[in-house]
Amino acid sequence: MNIATDYILALSGVLFVIGVLGVLVRRNAIVIFMSIELMLNSANLALIAFARAMAPAAEALRGHVLVFFVIAVAAAEVAVGLALIVAIFRTKHSIDVDQVSSLQG
Amino acid sequence: MTLDLILFFGIAFIAVVSAISMLISRNAIYSALFLVLNFVAIASLYLLLNAAFIAMVQVTVYAGAIMVLFLFVIMLLGAERVETSPSLPWQLPVAILLGLVLVAEFAYVLFGKVAQAGGELTGVGEGFGSPASVGRMLFDQYLIPFEVTSILLLVAMVGAIVLTRDDRKGSR
Repeated sequence: MNIATDYILALSGVLFVIGVLGVLVRRNAIVIFMSIELMLNSANLALIAFARAMAPAAEALRGHVLVFFVIAVAAAEVAVGLALIVAIFRTKHSIDVDQVSSLQG
Repeated sequence: MTLDLILFFGIAFIAVVSAISMLISRNAIYSALFLVLNFVAIASLYLLLNAAFIAMVQVTVYAGAIMVLFLFVIMLLGAERVETSPSLPWQLPVAILLGLVLVAEFAYVLFGKVAQAGGELTGVGEGFGSPASVGRMLFDQYLIPFEVTSILLLVAMVGAIVLTRDDRKGSR
């Protein structure tokens, strides 16, 4: 496997920008949340690419360990975030983020 | 143009197209399924990058557990389609403009700074990225963060239960 690290970083950047656009454009709270997951994934991809670039060194595996922790944190984040969306849906009967502009419940 | 490059461009094409489809599809269920496709494509890229363990974790945790949770919530709320409220007229152009600025910054950093530092990839050692090697690194040097992660997951679980608990009288 000999892909230049640049290509993978470029792909990671493109995926990140698509995630940013999703957060900026969509109004469905769940789709916004999925876009955030996409951004986390593109960052993970960059980390793995850097770990591969400095491969023979033993320290390169630290990139893999960091990705492992990012995935664990993302799982926790998804659990809490989806619980928040369910709680908002109970009071507002909608998950359109335009409907959640007021601070009162 | 080697087989590796052809594989990479095929997988990258699938990843980008599924991400864009996730962004523009109106139905949230379709968005979730396109995101699963995107995660599987990225997992196969991890395999190409000698990260076997992370690829398997990606498939089981992300494409498996997390996306099932998403689909479960979408179907529970019946929120496949959000009725489109009148949006800000300038929202889409401004978002595209900001996205293009971000692309330009990425390109500048990537081809200005990183490209000068990058060299030829060398071969990996035996068992690089295998579960055994990653696990040894994890439990030798990162044991405390690993245990803290378990507390974090416990807190997230308790938080999710507390947030979705029904507070009405007589529900317990």
